[in-house]
Amino acid sequence: MTTNIEAVVPAPADALRSRSLAALTWRRLFKQRNAIVGMAILLFLTLVAIFAPLLAPYDPVQSLLGIETLKEREAPCIHMLGCPEDKPQHIMGIDANYRDVFSRIIYGTRVSLFIGFSTIGMAVVVGAVIGAVSGYLGGWVDNLIMRLMDVVLAFPSFLLAIAIITVIGRGLQNALYAIAIVNIPVFARLVRASVLSIKEQEFVSASRALGASNLRLLFVRIFPNALPTLVVQATLSIAAAILEAAALSFLGLGAQPPTPEWGTMLGSERNQVFTAPHLVFFPGLAIMLTVLAFNLLGDGVRDAMDPRLAQVAKK
Amino acid sequence: MSKYILRRILLTIPVVLGILVVTFVIARSIPGDPCRSALGERATEAACNAFNARMGLDKPIIVQLGIYMREILLKGDFGDSIRYSRPVSQMIIERLPVTLELGLSALFIAILVGVPMGVISAVRRNSAVDVATMVGANIGVSMPVYWLGLMLAYVFAILLKDTPFWLAPTGRLTAGLIPDAFYQVWGLGLTRGTTLYMLADFVSNFVFLNALITGQWDVFVDAFRHMILPAIALSTIPLSIIARITRSSMLDVLGREYVRAARAKGVAENLVILKHALRNALLPVITVIGIQVGTLFAGAVLTETTFGLSGVGRALFDAITGRDFPIIQGFTVVVALGYVIVNLLVDISYAYIDPRIRLR
Repeated sequence: MTTNIEAVVPAPADALRSRSLAALTWRRLFKQRNAIVGMAILLFLTLVAIFAPLLAPYDPVQSLLGIETLKEREAPCIHMLGCPEDKPQHIMGIDANYRDVFSRIIYGTRVSLFIGFSTIGMAVVVGAVIGAVSGYLGGWVDNLIMRLMDVVLAFPSFLLAIAIITVIGRGLQNALYAIAIVNIPVFARLVRASVLSIKEQEFVSASRALGASNLRLLFVRIFPNALPTLVVQATLSIAAAILEAAALSFLGLGAQPPTPEWGTMLGSERNQVFTAPHLVFFPGLAIMLTVLAFNLLGDGVRDAMDPRLAQVAKK
Repeated sequence: MSKYILRRILLTIPVVLGILVVTFVIARSIPGDPCRSALGERATEAACNAFNARMGLDKPIIVQLGIYMREILLKGDFGDSIRYSRPVSQMIIERLPVTLELGLSALFIAILVGVPMGVISAVRRNSAVDVATMVGANIGVSMPVYWLGLMLAYVFAILLKDTPFWLAPTGRLTAGLIPDAFYQVWGLGLTRGTTLYMLADFVSNFVFLNALITGQWDVFVDAFRHMILPAIALSTIPLSIIARITRSSMLDVLGREYVRAARAKGVAENLVILKHALRNALLPVITVIGIQVGTLFAGAVLTETTFGLSGVGRALFDAITGRDFPIIQGFTVVVALGYVIVNLLVDISYAYIDPRIRLR
């Protein structure tokens, strides 16, 4: 008899290891090559953003005119690559306002990460509320909200963002709002779909029978189940948001000079690409690296959360 | 099937009306007084009242919305541009072909390169080619198109200067080269202002098509040399996505029973891949191609700005910075409508491919 019970009750260590889906997902995540590379780049970028003042050799907005002997838009000077030692080192060169490009790129990391997280953060919160209300209430409210979302989705999101900025004015903050707004429908639809699929399930009915309030049902029973899809979509959306914000800034609609924003840096010097390519090359590279990190991470998280997909990939 | 299509078309009507309303609201929310921006800062009250009455701006806002919708839906009239004093529809005739040519060229490259890359990746799974393709695809979706455009322009216009690979970094055609429209070449003798003339004008603005049907080879080659860089830049994101989808779809199909059966009965491997696997794997790819049209529209704004092409995207951007409301309204409506039509076609093709959707 005793042996039987021991066989049925799992050993404590096993119970601990298989305790939650989240732990399982984490374990799987670390087996994804994409996710690891993405996380590594992201960790690097986060550290750069945090320690920007220590890493940047110069102030990102301060002009070095009169402080050092420089030419306007001077090409990079790297000592290791044969630049004379008596010249001050500027590994990414000098921009039109005699500023150190390298320092601006480093500080730009802060701006870009902030853009990615704040826009999608806003979109997720607003979208989740809209989607939850819509899915939970159903009826004409649902119909009205979803048709409105259809209209928003009917515009290519980048053009809609441009149009919104035309109304509320240019600038980094308004660009953030615009990008957040165009991202709302995706999250609203996602959460609504989850709510619809979950609200009729038995554990929800059971909760309701036990007298749980609507709000409690929504937050305790329904939201946690929608979370995995939300996380994947949010990660991939951050990548898109950073790309869009940089594009808006490139067109002069987003962050304004002298903010060290990569898109702005690229846009203000785009006509100089033939004479000073370094002013275009480095900001673009930085944008690409950041977006790449989020894309890789998003792909990895999706595969980790969907074991079926992971299986297919291994086949 | 026809019932599904009809229902799907009916469902787009509220979306189209919504687009018109949203565009109207956006244009009306833009700060600034239309009278003062048209007649100048110091226009008198009386002059402005007359202007508003002439433009219909003194009517209640809901009536204005009605007039605006009627003009667009029944007459295709988007009003006149404030800055150029020309009908917006005329500008659409001039500029839409540029954007369509750019977008289609980019899509052409994306499909022509992306699909084979995805197939090779799937067939040679985990090989160096596969890894390189997937890394390339990941980088491709992360790349700002305008940055790639500028870098390509730098490489081909500066670094490869004085070589046969030199390509012009801006414009649609070399300055001074003005192609003859096909209706002139063929001597059709259309009268200006008629619908037929406008239609012919629209068609003749497709430089490739016009050059091809009239046999102006120098124009065709010149247009090609100008289009290649912007098209490559614009194609990167769709190309990467198409390659990825083709790969995963092929992997899925290659593991199916019927592929094994085909192999078992001794069909040549190339035939198995191209005929049995690829044909079935292409269905999700077609859907993704449709979805990518939105990306192309957005990318067109940036690519046209970078390469100095006067297409819809560039015009829209210029209108926004210049506060030319009729152009903003008209072009936004055209782009959004194009987007709706493509989505409609995607949905219909989806239903055509997958019968379960029709029955839902």
